[in-house]
Amino acid sequence: MSDRRTNAPAELRLDAALQLLGRSGVELPKPADPRDPLWLQQVIDGLIEVSSRDVLTGLANRRQFEIALERESDRVARAGEPALLLLLDLDFFKSINDTHGHAAGDLVLQAVAQALLDCVRPMDTVARYGGEEFAIILPNCPPAFGQTVAERVRRRIESRPVQISPSVALSVTASVGGAFAPPWVRSSASLWTERADRQLYLAKSSGRNRACLEAAATTEVSAEEKGLLFGLSAPMPFDDVPQFRASKS
Amino acid sequence: MNATTSSTAPERVRRARIVAVTSGKGGVGKTFVSANLAAALARRGLQVLVLDADLGLANLDVVLNLHPKITLHDVFTERATLEQALLPAPGGFSVLLAGSGLVEYSRLTPEVRDKLQDIVDQVRPRFDVVILDTGAGISDVVLHAVSLADEVLVIATPEPTALTDAYATIKVLATQQQRHELRLVVNQVARSGDGRAIAAQLQQVVDRFVTPAVGAPVQLSLLGDVPSDTAVREAVQRRQLLVEAMPGAAAAQAFGPLAQRLIG
Repeated sequence: MSDRRTNAPAELRLDAALQLLGRSGVELPKPADPRDPLWLQQVIDGLIEVSSRDVLTGLANRRQFEIALERESDRVARAGEPALLLLLDLDFFKSINDTHGHAAGDLVLQAVAQALLDCVRPMDTVARYGGEEFAIILPNCPPAFGQTVAERVRRRIESRPVQISPSVALSVTASVGGAFAPPWVRSSASLWTERADRQLYLAKSSGRNRACLEAAATTEVSAEEKGLLFGLSAPMPFDDVPQFRASKS
Repeated sequence: MNATTSSTAPERVRRARIVAVTSGKGGVGKTFVSANLAAALARRGLQVLVLDADLGLANLDVVLNLHPKITLHDVFTERATLEQALLPAPGGFSVLLAGSGLVEYSRLTPEVRDKLQDIVDQVRPRFDVVILDTGAGISDVVLHAVSLADEVLVIATPEPTALTDAYATIKVLATQQQRHELRLVVNQVARSGDGRAIAAQLQQVVDRFVTPAVGAPVQLSLLGDVPSDTAVREAVQRRQLLVEAMPGAAAAQAFGPLAQRLIG
């Protein structure tokens, strides 16, 4: 590492960065030439990777989540592909920490993170949003599948008790709230989050361990609808319609 | 005369009807209809405000040839009071202009949402009718502006894309905002009266596809149609209000009955 520094341009101090990458498990190839911009790019990429992950669970952290959500919100507005945002909150998590200690709490968070990763597609973004709050962004998710997906996530957590010691397995449940980004609509990530959060609140207040989804708006006009809108009408029978302008004021 | 900013205590507190004008597609004459309808209502003795709720691409000022120094933006940022931003327009009504280029408001944020709500609450007691001239598309800003209104006026033209977008708008408003009664103005019809057939056509599709989804009948009522008229383009180019500049034009004459039906 030291010879990397001596060979690097004088103004670059990479020690701390390389140490951080090493500790975070990001592997870098040995540089052929440490001033090689491609190698430096890998250092930068590694740092970006580290700064976008949650340390405990390895999921996307909140910063990364917000970037991804903003991007998805824009994409939905442009492409019209429906996307679902799920927010999850572990039920009674505080009592796990209080009763079994924070190490147990950490194990639960890690297990839940893995459970979430196991039940979504590779293209989905799973993030740790807050202490015991998680978020999943599901691009290209048709509204008809929303409830199924949310239920699958909820059930996956419920069905996997977390082994916090050889003799103790804790059963964990989560409340799930979800909202679709309205297709073709310019909106903001914060409003999208707010809508999902409202559903999460509903899930919590209606007994926990359940999934509540906002009904999706339909802006699409099907071929069938268009057919009826134009097909049957032409030619329009204008002649038997009374002239509107005849009305008085 | 500018009754809107008069501070001589209005004894009776009016509660304006808030009417959102929307269309789905841009360029179908939302602002044209809003302004001329406002003038026609003002001519009937009503105190009318047109609020430029097309925050991203406002052009009410262009249509009315106004050069406002104070806009909604200044009210939002508290650089001016609402009173200062309410301006008299040529047709005898008042306007609250967004000012062009408020791109930062083209995206609905919780802040914009709350401010718009505030403004509507404040103008409501001061007018008989408040027309919200919304932007094109079905954006969150548009949907929010429409959600503040008591009634919705959907502007369509006989052109297929405009009709499709008007239908999509109706569908969204019916399903998302539980609007079961919507009014329709068909602009640029070939002949006066054509609006009826178009409204009937829209109603047919709504009955078949929207009503079952909503679970309640969704009713379109035709407020009227405005014939395609070269005078419209002429007025727009001269940046004058059609009903003022060319009251005899066929399109201008359509606005009297339109106003009458709206208040009738």
